[in-house]
Amino acid sequence: MDDRLVYLDNSATTRVYSEVAELMCKIMTEDYGNPSSRHTKGIEAEAHIKNAKTILAKLIKVNEKEILFTSGGTESNNLALIGVTEANKRAGNHVIVSDIEHPSVAETAKRLEELGYNVSKLPVTDKGVVDIAKFKEMLTEDTVLVSTMFVNNETGAVAPIEQMGALIREHAPKAFFHVDAVQAFGKYKIYPKKMNIDLLSVSGHKIHGPKGVGFLYINEKVKIKPIMFGGGQQNGLRSGTDNVPGIAGLALAAQMIYTDFESKIAKMYALKERLIDGISRMPDVYINSIRGEEAAPHIINASFLGVRSEVLLNTFVASGICVSAGSACSSHKQTVSSTLKAMGADIKRMDSAIRFSMCEFTTEEEIDRCIEVLEKELPMLRRFVRK
Amino acid sequence: MFKSFLIKYGEIGLKGKNRHVFEDALVKQIYFGLKDVEGEFKVSKEQGRIYVDALSEYDYDETLEALTRVFGIVGICPMVQIEDEGFDNLAAFIADYMGKVYGDRELTFKVHARRARKNYPLESMEINARLGEKILDAYPNMKVDVHDPDVLLCVEIRNKISIYSEEIPGCGGMPIGTNGKAMLLLSGGIDSPVAGWMIAKRGVQIEATYFHAPPYTSERAKQKVVDLATQMSKYTGPIKLNIVNFTDPQLYIYENAPHEQLTIIMRRYMMKIAEELATKSGSMALVTGESLGQVASQTIQSLYTTNEVCTMPVFRPLIGFDKQDIITIAEKIGTYETSILPFEDCCTIFVAKHPVTKPILHIIQRSEKKIEEKMDELCKIAIDTVETVICQ
Repeated sequence: MDDRLVYLDNSATTRVYSEVAELMCKIMTEDYGNPSSRHTKGIEAEAHIKNAKTILAKLIKVNEKEILFTSGGTESNNLALIGVTEANKRAGNHVIVSDIEHPSVAETAKRLEELGYNVSKLPVTDKGVVDIAKFKEMLTEDTVLVSTMFVNNETGAVAPIEQMGALIREHAPKAFFHVDAVQAFGKYKIYPKKMNIDLLSVSGHKIHGPKGVGFLYINEKVKIKPIMFGGGQQNGLRSGTDNVPGIAGLALAAQMIYTDFESKIAKMYALKERLIDGISRMPDVYINSIRGEEAAPHIINASFLGVRSEVLLNTFVASGICVSAGSACSSHKQTVSSTLKAMGADIKRMDSAIRFSMCEFTTEEEIDRCIEVLEKELPMLRRFVRK
Repeated sequence: MFKSFLIKYGEIGLKGKNRHVFEDALVKQIYFGLKDVEGEFKVSKEQGRIYVDALSEYDYDETLEALTRVFGIVGICPMVQIEDEGFDNLAAFIADYMGKVYGDRELTFKVHARRARKNYPLESMEINARLGEKILDAYPNMKVDVHDPDVLLCVEIRNKISIYSEEIPGCGGMPIGTNGKAMLLLSGGIDSPVAGWMIAKRGVQIEATYFHAPPYTSERAKQKVVDLATQMSKYTGPIKLNIVNFTDPQLYIYENAPHEQLTIIMRRYMMKIAEELATKSGSMALVTGESLGQVASQTIQSLYTTNEVCTMPVFRPLIGFDKQDIITIAEKIGTYETSILPFEDCCTIFVAKHPVTKPILHIIQRSEKKIEEKMDELCKIAIDTVETVICQ
């Protein structure tokens, strides 16, 4: 890898911890058994799964049997939404999702609508935070499921999860609470039982673990039906041969990301401020993220008014910096999901948004390099705005 | 059961003394077309025919597909060759052949024998009659129809005997390399690959020029064009792609020329650069995907104005095509899926909201006069720094 490459796209995916890669390699070449097999190799493999469950259950303080391994965030979210509504048909027909969900929730919610569910979209404020007053009004006796993301993937805004959990208990006694914690896990300490969370989605590759694996925490009182059928693995709720190396890698990554947790988070918040300070000095910049510790430590979304995201992105590429366009909306693509749009941002802000996302390995030098490139290139790029 | 293919070629058969040049080119293109197909092949010409023989186990469907992409082939006949071991042997083989290929289907047929080896004991008419009889005896569901048969069974008697009854249409045209070379202006759109394909089909070797404008256009947009050229190369053979960095000339036009004339001036400079690259490469024509009236820059006035900078012929094979016709070909040649990927190219980056649709040549020339000196310098740099990729 190029030493000078600056990787600030950790919300898209992260570099796998070498320890995790080593462990997975060992499992793939040595402990390659199928945990469903009743021989030595199978038992070895089963031990890895058991161990992973123990680690994860301990980290979020739940029972081991409440952890279900999946192929990642998308599957966890699909299972939570479809599996819960289907199993609780008789309890009610009303589902609430926020306006700023990842497509794996938003599109699944659309599917629920097609199936005849009444889906309410929970609006967000201009800061991208769930509107808690409106939320309270939406809850009814008929509500069976509420789904929201913990940390928004585009802006880093944090939903008031505990408040929402409490309101659900009070006003929608039959509703289960699903939280998409794909961007939050590893950045916040999450204890579902204390936060009234019934289902929690987590993905491996956002926490320096492997791609293609994740888990869904399912509180034991939740009624849920499978969405995949087959050999009956994981108590029939998720058929398919267990992804042993992936699961073991996921657990080790989770353990590692929560090691020295406070200092890592403090460092990321300091870097976040450093980057925001740097870009705030530039003219015509709009910071779409919330500053400071009210929002996630690793995501900074900013609009460089007058410069289209794609162009700025290409400029960063030429300077060896990897970032993302800050909004899923682009001139040639139809709008998929845009948090900025839900926040009421205008076209100019959406068209010029860039997302910087950090991880524990991000350094001051990388942030400074980023600021330096912006200072150098922005004036040139602004000379040629579209007339 | 087929181990060989008889290749039928139309137009090139007509080319008098140059005929061998065309045939050799076709043999070469067939080899190129088959290079990624599973199996080993021999392509040979003899007595005014071209044969493809599989020397090993091979994939029949893949082979046919590859052959239908070779320009110059009119028809492909899957063929069986046997040694001459007497007429009875031939008759038995023919009966067996019909059964294997058509089962006991209800169909009409006609036997068409050609006795190229004149010392064969039976005459063609006799062979037709006796083989027909043999087939009628063996398959009660088959009938003879000499005017409009479902199956025309050809039996060619040379040193060996060739038997074929099916003809899969080829894509026609002429073999690449028999008609010189041309420079295609290739964008990421739907039209230009189709235009290049159509000219290549006339036997022209294609080289291509693409203009990119980093950072306004992305690496992915460039990759898309490489992918398009690679897809085209399945028909045209390897394409040398010239990638011109057009950012500086484009920005200079943007800042110094009247806004509504942007596109037309830009296109004039693109044509100039492409022509210069074409001259360097030995091309004798430019090829564009323009279609009359499709967009502002493709009105008759705009074409007149852009054409004026070129001294080479500019081929615009799509000029009279509707968009849907172009899309149909793009889908057929496999470029459509790539063409519609949403990456901006430099033609879509700096466009005026209301570009001139009826530019007047002398007005454009006057605008250009003011930027000429600097533009010549910038274009020279663009040409000197061109990056080339061989796409195949």
